[in-house]
This record gives sequence, structure tokens and C-alpha cells, in this order.
Amino acid sequence: MSRSSITKAHNKIQELSWDPTYVTPVEKYSTDYTFEKAPKKDPLKQVLRSYFPMEEEKDNRVFGAMDGAIRGNMFRQVQERWMEWQKLFLSIIPFPEISAARAMPLTIGTVPNPEVHNGLAIQMIDEVRHSTIQMNLKRLYMNHYIDPAGFDITTKGFQNCYAGTIGRQFGEGFITGDAITAANIYLTIVAETAFTNVLFVAMPGEAAANGDYLLPTVFHSVQSDESRHISNGYSIILMALADERNRELLERDLRYAWWNNHAVVDAAIGTFIEYGTKDRRKDRESYAEAWRRWIYDDYYRSYLIPLEKYGLVVPHDLVEESWNRIWNKGYIHETAQFFATGWWANYWRIDGMDDSDFEWFEFKYPGWYDKYGKWWERYSDLSKKNGHAPICFDADTDYVYPHRCWTCMVPCMIREDMVVDEVDGQVRTYCSETCHWTDAVAFRPEYKGRQTPSMGKLTGMREWETAYHGYDLAECIKAQGYVRDDGNTLIPQPHLDLDSKKMWTLDNMKGFDIASPNILLNEMSKEEREAHVSEYKKGGPAGRKERPPEFALS
Amino acid sequence: MSTSTRAEEGDVQAPSKDDEVPPAVTERSVPKPVFTDAEAGAKEFPSWQSRTFNYFTPAKRRATIYEDVTVDIQPDPERHLLQGWVYGFADGTGGYPQEWTELKSSNWHKFLDPNEEWEQTIYRNNANVVRQIGQNLAQARGARAFDAWNRGWIKTVERHVGAWAHVEHGLGMHVFLPANRDAPTNMINNALSVASAHKLRFGQDLILYNLELTEDVDGFDGSAHLDAWNNDPIWQGVRENVEGITGIRDWAKACFVALCIFEPLVGELFRSEFIMQAAAPQGDFVTPTLMGAGEGDAAREARVARALYGMLANDEKHGEENQKIMDGWLREWVPRSLEAGRELQPIWSQPGEKVIRFEESLEHARGRQEELLSEFNLSAKEL
Repeated sequence: MSRSSITKAHNKIQELSWDPTYVTPVEKYSTDYTFEKAPKKDPLKQVLRSYFPMEEEKDNRVFGAMDGAIRGNMFRQVQERWMEWQKLFLSIIPFPEISAARAMPLTIGTVPNPEVHNGLAIQMIDEVRHSTIQMNLKRLYMNHYIDPAGFDITTKGFQNCYAGTIGRQFGEGFITGDAITAANIYLTIVAETAFTNVLFVAMPGEAAANGDYLLPTVFHSVQSDESRHISNGYSIILMALADERNRELLERDLRYAWWNNHAVVDAAIGTFIEYGTKDRRKDRESYAEAWRRWIYDDYYRSYLIPLEKYGLVVPHDLVEESWNRIWNKGYIHETAQFFATGWWANYWRIDGMDDSDFEWFEFKYPGWYDKYGKWWERYSDLSKKNGHAPICFDADTDYVYPHRCWTCMVPCMIREDMVVDEVDGQVRTYCSETCHWTDAVAFRPEYKGRQTPSMGKLTGMREWETAYHGYDLAECIKAQGYVRDDGNTLIPQPHLDLDSKKMWTLDNMKGFDIASPNILLNEMSKEEREAHVSEYKKGGPAGRKERPPEFALS
Repeated sequence: MSTSTRAEEGDVQAPSKDDEVPPAVTERSVPKPVFTDAEAGAKEFPSWQSRTFNYFTPAKRRATIYEDVTVDIQPDPERHLLQGWVYGFADGTGGYPQEWTELKSSNWHKFLDPNEEWEQTIYRNNANVVRQIGQNLAQARGARAFDAWNRGWIKTVERHVGAWAHVEHGLGMHVFLPANRDAPTNMINNALSVASAHKLRFGQDLILYNLELTEDVDGFDGSAHLDAWNNDPIWQGVRENVEGITGIRDWAKACFVALCIFEPLVGELFRSEFIMQAAAPQGDFVTPTLMGAGEGDAAREARVARALYGMLANDEKHGEENQKIMDGWLREWVPRSLEAGRELQPIWSQPGEKVIRFEESLEHARGRQEELLSEFNLSAKEL
């Protein structure tokens, strides 16, 4: 290898870029941010000559562990409850990863700093690595885990299931709209710097506790690339902060990005960690405790707040409200309940909570049983296939199927917080004031009186139920392809019993109609709608129709 | 962790009052291994043997690892994406629109990278190149190989080999890298990401070689490449070409111009037809090994170009129209790249030992381009 030091090498490669004089660079992606040329440094001095061998070594370790897991029969010790949730997680995550690769042209095209471009280019290759290494992990799970159904349909399932859009925005949000909003603030400053901590560090820890040591092997290898990405993002935000004209946009984007990441990542990862585990040691960290450590202390207090001195307006209120939702409003528990009530609309199996789960939840989240315990007991009862309806269609469960949030697409499960408004000629529901603001105010071509022509739009059919409004449940499941190779048994099940006599089939799903809450809401008269919304907001927790006095709002 | 005390281990002597009291031993809280028997084949039930990704049809009988880890990761409303793209640009366009190139395909998903690049191949190949170059340089230094270079050749390497590093960097950073956002499938975009990484690495290989030579060779001017690239008339046509390609918004056009016009007519002309031929007679056996690494990368990218543009040129529905469009691109760009190549001609005269005539080199380069274009039913002979 060369005698030249990394510093010398890194200085030398800066000579490679030049300012074009023959052609005016074409604007491929636009931003409303303004950047003056600023000599921001890449503190990590990334050079490809050292990068490729380093990553190859990391890969060798990952592949060695994979071989070891197979030889050591790791799957004799993995918890099925855990592995089932990996069918969802590993169907989502390669898409955000590859989207991050596709996002790099957005920042390279808009941030005039060749030294930062170099780091971003390396990040692009990292992201190709992450996406394909994660797919390869899933391939291994499919080959060696007892129940491959759900892994076998993985990417298709992600693209048509009722949770797919929730995960998909954590990817599409990186690659569209204002280049800096998408590829810097949403992707790097918030998603990578804050939320990969719970995604790629806290969750793999839980995997290990459930007998799966391959997830930590792969995801810690992935996470070790993230520090370079964080450094890329930091350089760009400092450049943005150097220009006063960007302050309002930064404030807008940080509010949007923080809240959306919280809504999406906390819902998903919180559910995996709390409801996908069999490790009920009382001293193991709950998701709320992990969040407090990784996100509140390590990110908010140690990373975000120090940026205030450069003029960044930090959304303290939203950070506190996120915590409030997790700790006081049961955000994760409501999400897990929503997943379970719609178990038939997924491509993995969800088992009920048992006594040891109840004890742990009550210990970690005092008051949990009174809110959620009865419903989970009912879930276990109704998981048995004996002629009754799936829980969602059972009138006896006191669960009002929720409206979807138009913005984050997670349902409006904290009933009292739901906002209803007519936007773009349609009555829309939002889980919170901030999600309403995101759609009605932030993602618009004008913001606080200034033109923001580069800002993106929220598009698409944003409510899964609309796609299947009026469908018979069996037809819906068939259309999604969530049927096993006998042509009748469902991939999803409300329990983990693989005795084929106990597994639900298409025959059990006939005669139940799917209805879109949003279509029904738009069909109501104004008075009907007001009454409906008022009643809805009085409901909860745990989806109850009416809020009992013991859960009265303060 | 041991939880036994000394007494339990058979030390029956009562502890004296001077002995320290053993610390209280508490059991660490760790997850307990549980035998779950959740391995493949432990039970038989519907789909227990469904162990292939079933949402795409592999090119051959069984899917390769490359296909498994690449196909359908980037969604497509024409395949499995149910609810459409949920984010859009200001004009409402979202995801990966097919309209971002003028070319059309009956099935964009048919393209598979002939190099089958995924993370393991990317790092193995590139790390091997890094090691190979490092070892070559170390051995060259040990053998005092640079002492044999004549003054004229030193000038050639410091100015022209150094200038070429800018070409590789420019194409990698501002042509292939942006294109990786634009194509309609994951297979195409991943191939373009890898092309970008190759170009960027090779650009750095060359400029760091320049740094090594600056330290090792007396009189080697490590900054001469900047003057050559920015000011030397020999290089201005090449620079104009590279800048021009970065200014093309249509990703398929930019990559076609780079891979099927510029690379054969300028890239191969300089790397293969000049450096690889001329270096050894000047006593330089080191520079060709670097250029060889770049040529190896270029050959991989050429395979991608053959597969991609071959698929488009031979598309049953759109092939004819695509050929017309590509022919238009040839007419626009072949003369420009030929001119840039011709402007390099003085370099062929600079070494003390003349090995190959410029016209001969150009003929070889054009021949290889014709061979490539013939796969698309195109020709640039008359241009």
C-alpha cells in the first residue's frame, strides 16, 4: 500500500473536480435552498482506496457468520414470533436503503461542494451494499426458517399490503421533492442520524435475545457505515445554516422530517421490539427506554440542540410530543393492536400475548393491562379457527377500525388527536396537528409568503382500504396473493400453530366486506360527518368505542 | 460466569478474619437460549417448501443470487405496486418515470446486469484492483522502475495520464452517479451505480499514482495535470465532451453517449491505444497496469451497454423507433467525440520511442465501436 497518508491522499483527490466552462450544468433536481460556495470539509477523509478493502473485510465477517449460523443450526433456537415480524421488516428495509443510493444525485446536484460530493458518492455505493446484503439475509431466512411463506412473497407483499405505504414513505421521501428537504433533512439529518439507532442497533439487540444473531451481524455492519453518512449530512446542514435565507425552510423541514420519522419508525420498530419478542426479562430495555437513550439523549440533546447556536430552530415541542405519544398515549401499543386486528391483511403470522407478556407490559408500562389486556385475551380466543369471524369483523371486541392519517398513513389511533379537514377538495383525516400541517401547509408551492416551487407533493392512493373498498375479504386476500401453495391456506395467521388443520383458509374469510373509512366519511353529509368525528374522538384507548371514565382526558 | 464460592469448591478451611469477604455474586441477566425447533423441515404444512422468491420469473431455470437480491426492490406500478407512488416532485411526478428517457421498452425489467453486480462482487472486485495496484507500485518502487523513465515520458505521465483522471472522475460523479436515480428499474440503476463507483475509483487511482510519482520521481510535477486539463488545447476537446455529457438530462442518452461513443472513440483510444501500447518501450511497465485496471472496468461497463441498448434496439414493439433515436444521438455526438480524439493526436508524437501511429490507433478504436454498434443494428462508419 501507499506510503502516503490518508490526509495527503484525501487532499490530492480534491484536485479531481473542476468548474465546467463549456457547458452550463443542467439542473436535474431542484431546491429552494440557497448555497454559497463554502469550503466545508469531510472530516472522515473518505478515499476509495481504503474504502473498498475495508468493506470487503466487513463483508467477509458477515458471510462467515452466516455460514456459522447455518452450520450451528441457529434456527433451532430462534423464536417464531420474532422471525414472523422479520417478514415485514426485511420486506421494507431494502427499499429505503436503495432509495438512499438514488437520493445521492439530489444532494450532489444541488450542494456546491466537491469534497462533500466525494463522501456522498461513497454513500451511494454503501446503500447498494445495504440493500443487497439485507435481501441476502432474508434469502437465508427463507431457506432455513421453518415457515418460508411470507419471505417468499416479500417484495410483492411490501408493495400491496396494508402497512406497505407506511414503510414506503421512508424511502420515497428521500428521492422526491425539494432535493435538500428529501435527501438531506429527511434522509440524513433525521432518518440516518436519529432513527437508525433504534432500527439498526436497538432492534438487532432484541433479535439476539430471540436467538437470531444474524440480524445483529448484518445490521451492525450496516450501521458502521452510517457514521460516514451522518458526517455527510452534517456538513451540508452547516452549509445551509450559513445562509439566512434557508432558516425558515430548515425549520419547516425539520418539523416535517422529525414528525414523519417518529410516526413511521416508532410505530414499526416499536411494535417489532415490544410485541415481536419473547424476552420478558424485566431489566431488558423497553422500546420507550431505548428511545429515551438513543433518540432523546443521544440525538436530540447531543446532536440537535447544539445546532441551535448556528441558528437552527429545533422542534422541541414535537420531540416532547413524540415522547408523550410513546409514553402516555400508547402509540406503540395502539399500532401493534392495529396490526393484529388486521392480521389477515398481512403476509406474516401474529400470535397473541400471554401471561408473561402481560406481566412484562404492566411492569414496563404501568396501566397497560387495563387498556389493552382484555383485547389481547379476546385476540387469543378468536385466533382459534372454530366458525367465528376474524377479530376485525367480530362485533364483540369493542374496537372501532381506525381512519388513516392522510400524511403518515399510520392510522389515527390516538382518537382524541385526530384532525379532519377538507384539503384539495377531499375530506381527509390526520393523526395529529403536525400531519395536518404537513399536508395543508408544508408540502405546498408557497410557504409563509415565499415561493417554494421545488417542494414536493403527497400523491397516490394513500389509504389501503380504498383499494379494496367493497371487496369480499377472501377475494381481497386472493388478489394480494397471500395464499399458501395449497391454494387455500392463508399465509397470515393469528397464531403460530403450523398444524394445517388449525390454520385459517380462504374458506373462513368469505362473506366479510372491506370498507374504506375515508370513502365512507366522504359519503356522509356534513352533519353526519361531524357527529361521526365527534364520536370517534371520544373513543379509545385500545380502539374502544367510548372512552371509559378511568381513561378520561386530562 | 462462575457463581460458585471458594467453600463450594472444596476449600474447607474457615476464612480467617483477615480474609476478604467474597463479593456477593449476582446472576447476570441474559436472555436464555430456548430450543424452538424452528428450522426448515421441522414440520410439514402448506408452503413449507416454498423457498424461492415467487414474485418474478428468473431468466434461467433457477434465480441467481444477483436476481434474488436485486429484482423488484425498486417498485413499479406496472408490476406489484398497488397504491401508486406516495410522494411526488412539484409537478406531481413520482418514483421512477419511464418518460425520463426518450427510449421506450416493452419491458424495462427484462434488463439484467450481465456482470451480476451485488454487494459481494462490488467489494471483491474493487478491493482486488486496489490490492493489485498497491502491489504493483510497491514492487515498481522496490525495483527502482521509475529511474528508467526518460524525461519525455515523465512529462507525458504527469500531464496526460494526470489529465485523464479528470475524465474518469467527471463521468463517474456527474454522468453515471446522477443516472442511478433516473432509470425505471433497480437492475439498471444498480448497474449504473457500479459504473459510477468504477469511474470514481479509477480517477482516484490515477491521481494518487500522480501523488506517488511526485514523491518518487525527481522533477515530476504533480500539478501539471491541472494545467493540461484546464488550459492545454490538446485536452479541451475532451473536456468539452465530458462537460457536454454531464449536461444531458436524458439518462439513457447520457449513458449511451458515454459508453457507446465517448468511451470507444476517446477512452479506449487514449487508454488502450496509446498508454498501453506506448508505455513499455519508454521503460514504463507500471502505468499500463493502472490503465489495465481501468480497461477492465470499462469492459464490464461495455457489457452493461451491450445488454441494455441491445435490449432496447431489439425491442419488438419499440426497437425500430429506439434505433432511430440512437442513430440521432450518434449523428450528434460521434463527430464531437471524434474531434476530441483527434485533438489528442499530438500526444502520440511526444514519446521518444514511437510505437504506433495515431491513425492506426483511431482505426482500432472505431473498429471496436462498430462492433458494439452492430449489436444495435447501428453504424457510425460514415460519420
